[in-house]
Amino acid sequence: MAYSDKLLDHYENPRNVGAMDKDDNNVGTGLVGAPACGDVMKLQIMVSEDGIIEDAKFKTFGCGSAIASSSLVTEWVKGKTVDEAAMIKNTEIAQELALPPVKIHCSVLAEDAIKAAVSDYKAKKAEKTEAAE
Amino acid sequence: MTEQGRWNKDSPLYLDYQATTPTDPRVVEKMLPYFSVKFGNPHSRSHHYGWEAEEAVEEARAQIAALIGATPKEIIFTSGATESNNLALKGVGRFYKDKKNHIITCVTEHKCVLDTCRHLEQEGFDITYLPVQENGLIDLAVLKAAITDKTVIVSIMAVNNEIGVIQPIAEIGAMCREKGIFFHTDGAQAVGKIPIDVDAMNIDLMSISGHKMYGPMGIGVLYVRRRPRVRLVAMINGGGQERGMRSGTLPTPLCVGLGEAAAIAAKEMGAEAERLKMLRDRFYAGINERLSETYLNGDLEHRIPGNLNISFAYVEGEGLMMGINELAVSSGSACTSASLEPSYVLRALGVEEELAHTSLRIGLGRFTTEEEVDYAVDKIAREVTRLRLMSPLWEMAQEGIDIKSIEWAEH
Repeated sequence: MAYSDKLLDHYENPRNVGAMDKDDNNVGTGLVGAPACGDVMKLQIMVSEDGIIEDAKFKTFGCGSAIASSSLVTEWVKGKTVDEAAMIKNTEIAQELALPPVKIHCSVLAEDAIKAAVSDYKAKKAEKTEAAE
Repeated sequence: MTEQGRWNKDSPLYLDYQATTPTDPRVVEKMLPYFSVKFGNPHSRSHHYGWEAEEAVEEARAQIAALIGATPKEIIFTSGATESNNLALKGVGRFYKDKKNHIITCVTEHKCVLDTCRHLEQEGFDITYLPVQENGLIDLAVLKAAITDKTVIVSIMAVNNEIGVIQPIAEIGAMCREKGIFFHTDGAQAVGKIPIDVDAMNIDLMSISGHKMYGPMGIGVLYVRRRPRVRLVAMINGGGQERGMRSGTLPTPLCVGLGEAAAIAAKEMGAEAERLKMLRDRFYAGINERLSETYLNGDLEHRIPGNLNISFAYVEGEGLMMGINELAVSSGSACTSASLEPSYVLRALGVEEELAHTSLRIGLGRFTTEEEVDYAVDKIAREVTRLRLMSPLWEMAQEGIDIKSIEWAEH
């Protein structure tokens, strides 16, 4: 199987590998996939007071396409609002990395990871607002 | 690899000897005249060209027979081990079907045995698929208990293609002989690697593959015992070649190649096994020195010298293979196929799915060198370390979180 140069670049030089404090109120964490299926992605976003994603980190257990997909979306979400980030579609990821058909599920997982991180962040926010009231 | 099977660093280092072996240059050399000047049809009885080819085929037959302690007449040439396995099971099964219709095999057999059995089930056969123990070996007591008075044949592979474990062939043979049941073994990964004697082991039928033992692709053998006689229904009908069991003109160059490969194996098997065991142990020790949390799949003691199957916990096998693309190995993770199911062989051993996804099969062989082993170990150790630092599962393990305690959304 021939992979695109972009995909190989993200696999060999993954961007934003790392972890943030998941208990920090400004951090949203998404953990998706399952070890038994051979793919697990953890995506974290750091959100500023005005709702802009300032930083993103990931760790992924999976094939090269899964690693590249998660690396790519950490770049994409930075600078976006949480709502904008949640709009990223798996087809855009698949297209950017030229994923072969059997690897489309990797891009789906990356989309799910963003959504999960955003909803985790929003849930924390809601809790905080409730607690403040 | 270059012509001699040596690695020159311009192409990936070949460590997949259970998938196929390069044809030994001595074998190629011996085959060449039979493509050109000695091109006769071995079944032509009326002229020199035919006689010359026939003589070569018969010499090859004798060479193969000598390697496994058989007589030349018991060697039936086929296109490969897949055809041999089909012929053994369908041939014997259909011949004796009126009296007996029960077949015993094992869950870790090669797909060509399992798929053949599925087809025979549709023809009305009862098939028992024996489980294996954690080390990949069948339990003889379980086999014994599975035998009924309807059992016609037991088919258990000599050596597994994924994990390299050697089944207790002699014990199975003795049990079958005592009960008057035919014993077939898929010897594709065993013949030429470990000593096999069809008489001492009471083997009635055995499949052999040319390209797994440094012979050419496209040729194999089914050994069919003459005393006590094993009868079977042919699958391919025609001119009645190969004692009527497999019609079709024999491919002289391929037969000659397999014969020569057998002769070389007979001569060199002992020393080669010793050398491969040394390399295999060096490989495994090197990995364990550099990495924690690696697991060997399959028994180490009852195993051919040229195989390792290792799970590198927390690193997905296919992702790992992309990072070590200078090495030609295979993975127990089947992520490239449409299904996300990992290796059925590893699953049969009771290896957890998440660990099965992290496994690599490393096959060493005749042309593997110490330098190559050291290079591969270093490459794998570096890449596993890199990917673990990127793995959320490794992170959880370091934090003491049991990944089984998490409710994963299976997808």
